[in-house]
Amino acid sequence: MFSLPGYDAFLGFLIISAAVPILALVTNKVLAPKSSAGERELTYESGMEPIGGAWIQFNIRYYMFALVFVIFDVETVFLYPWAVAFHRLGLLAFIEALVFIAILVVALAYAWRKGALEWS
Amino acid sequence: MYIPIVFTFANSSPSLVSSGLDLERSFSQMMQGVGFSPSLAHLLWLPLPMLLVLAAAVVGVLVTVWLERKISAAAQQRIGPEYAGALGVLQPMADGLKLLVKEDVIPAKADGLLFTLGPVLVLVPVILSWLIVPFGQNLLISNVGVGIFLWISLSSIQPIGLLMSGYASNNKYSLLGGLRAAAQSISYEIPLALSVLAVVMMSNSLSTIDIVSQQNGAGLLSWNIWRQPVGFVIFWICALAECERLPFDLPEAEEELVAGYQTEYAGMKFALFYLGSYINLVLSALLVSVLYLGGWGFPLPLEWAASWFGLPLDSPLLQVITGSVGIVMTVLKAYLLVFLAILLRWTTPRVRIDQLLDLGWKFLLPISLVNLLVTAALKLAFPVAFGG
Repeated sequence: MFSLPGYDAFLGFLIISAAVPILALVTNKVLAPKSSAGERELTYESGMEPIGGAWIQFNIRYYMFALVFVIFDVETVFLYPWAVAFHRLGLLAFIEALVFIAILVVALAYAWRKGALEWS
Repeated sequence: MYIPIVFTFANSSPSLVSSGLDLERSFSQMMQGVGFSPSLAHLLWLPLPMLLVLAAAVVGVLVTVWLERKISAAAQQRIGPEYAGALGVLQPMADGLKLLVKEDVIPAKADGLLFTLGPVLVLVPVILSWLIVPFGQNLLISNVGVGIFLWISLSSIQPIGLLMSGYASNNKYSLLGGLRAAAQSISYEIPLALSVLAVVMMSNSLSTIDIVSQQNGAGLLSWNIWRQPVGFVIFWICALAECERLPFDLPEAEEELVAGYQTEYAGMKFALFYLGSYINLVLSALLVSVLYLGGWGFPLPLEWAASWFGLPLDSPLLQVITGSVGIVMTVLKAYLLVFLAILLRWTTPRVRIDQLLDLGWKFLLPISLVNLLVTAALKLAFPVAFGG
C-alpha cells in the first residue's frame, strides 16, 4: 500500500495528532456552560466599544519581506538535495552552488539597497 | 593533535556502535510467535510509539510550564505555585482542567470557522513534528527519509494558523499580532533551514537517526556543536524566534497588542495555543540537542565502557542500558536548553519589530549562507573531519 517506508506512520500520527485538538474541542463543547450572548461577544478594544472592524484595507508592511522570503525559501529547497549528495559530487558541485548562491546574494543586496528590507 | 584522532573514530564508528534497542523487532517477533502475520504485527505496533510520544509530549509540556513558573518566580524572588501538589507540580494540570470546562466565547463579528481552525492548525503540525524526534537508535516513531526536512516543512504551516486566527478574530490587535507572527516566522525560517543544511551536509543524510549517529563516535568531542558553533547559535536564536519566546515575543507583546493573535481566545481554544507554544519549545530544545548536542549520546561513548567491561555489544543488558541512558540524555539536554530559554526570558529585553527583521534578514541570513559555504569548503578540504 505504501511505496515509501516509514510514511504509514506519518499518516497514523497525522490522524492521532489531528484527533488531539478535535477531542479537546468536543470535550470542551460538552462540558462548558453556555450562556446568552451579550456584551461579551464584542471584540476587545481596551474596554471601549470597538470602532469599526478590523477587516479594512491598510498597508501591510511585511509584504516585501514575504516576496523576498519566497525567493530564499525556494533557494533553500534547491540546496537541500545538493547538501545531502555533496560528499559524492565534489569540487564542481561546490563551485556550482557558489555561483547559485552568489546570484541570490546579488538579489539580496539589490533588495537591501532598494530598501525592501527596511521596516518603516 | 587530539582532534583528528577523535574524528577518525567518529568516522569508523559503525563497527563499534551496537544496533541498539529495537522494540519494534521484539514486538513483531513476539506477535509472530503468537501466530500473527508480519504485516499485522506491524499494524498493531504502529499506534504504540505514537501514543507514548504524545503522552511524553504532554507530560513534557506540564513539566515545562511548571518549571517556567517556578524559575520565573525564583528570578523575581517570588515563591510561585505551591498549593496544587507538592511544590505546585500539579498547577499546570489544574490550569488545563480549568480551561477544559471554560465557556467558549466567539466574538459576534468573528469568522467562526477560521476562528476555530486557527488554533488547530497551530497545534497539529507541532505535534506531528514529534514523528522524527529520536530518543535512541531505534526509539522514534518513524525514521522517514526526509527526516529533519519534515520538521522544517511542518513548521511553516504554523504561521498560516496564526495569521488565520489573527484575521478571523476581527480585532485590530489580533490582526496586527497575526501579521507580526507570520512576518517573524518567515524571517527566521530561512536562517534556520540554512543552519540545518550545514548539519545535513556533514551527516550526508536528512534522517535524524543518521545525524545523531554521526555525532556519537567519540562522545562529547564529536558533537556537532564543535564543528558548527556558528550554526548552533543561529539555530538557537531562530528557534527562540519561531517559538515566539522572549526576546522575540512580539506577536503577543502585552504592552502593545494586549495578547496579539490570541486576544479574543478563551477556554479550550486558548489552551490549544498555549499547548502548541510549549510543545514547540520542548520540540525545538529536543531538536537542538539532536542536531548539535549529540542527541541520545552520553558524553563518554558507552560502547567503549562496555568493551572495557567485556560486555558483548549485542547483549540485551547493554542494549537496555544504552537505550535508557539515551532517553535520559536526550531529555536532560533538551531541558537544559529549556532552562536556558526561561532564563533568557527574564534577562533580555524584547526587541522592536524593525530590529527583529534587521536581525533576521541583514545579519542571520548572510551569516548562515556563509556558514553553509564554509562548511562545504571545509568538507572538501578535510573530508574525514566533516563526515566524508
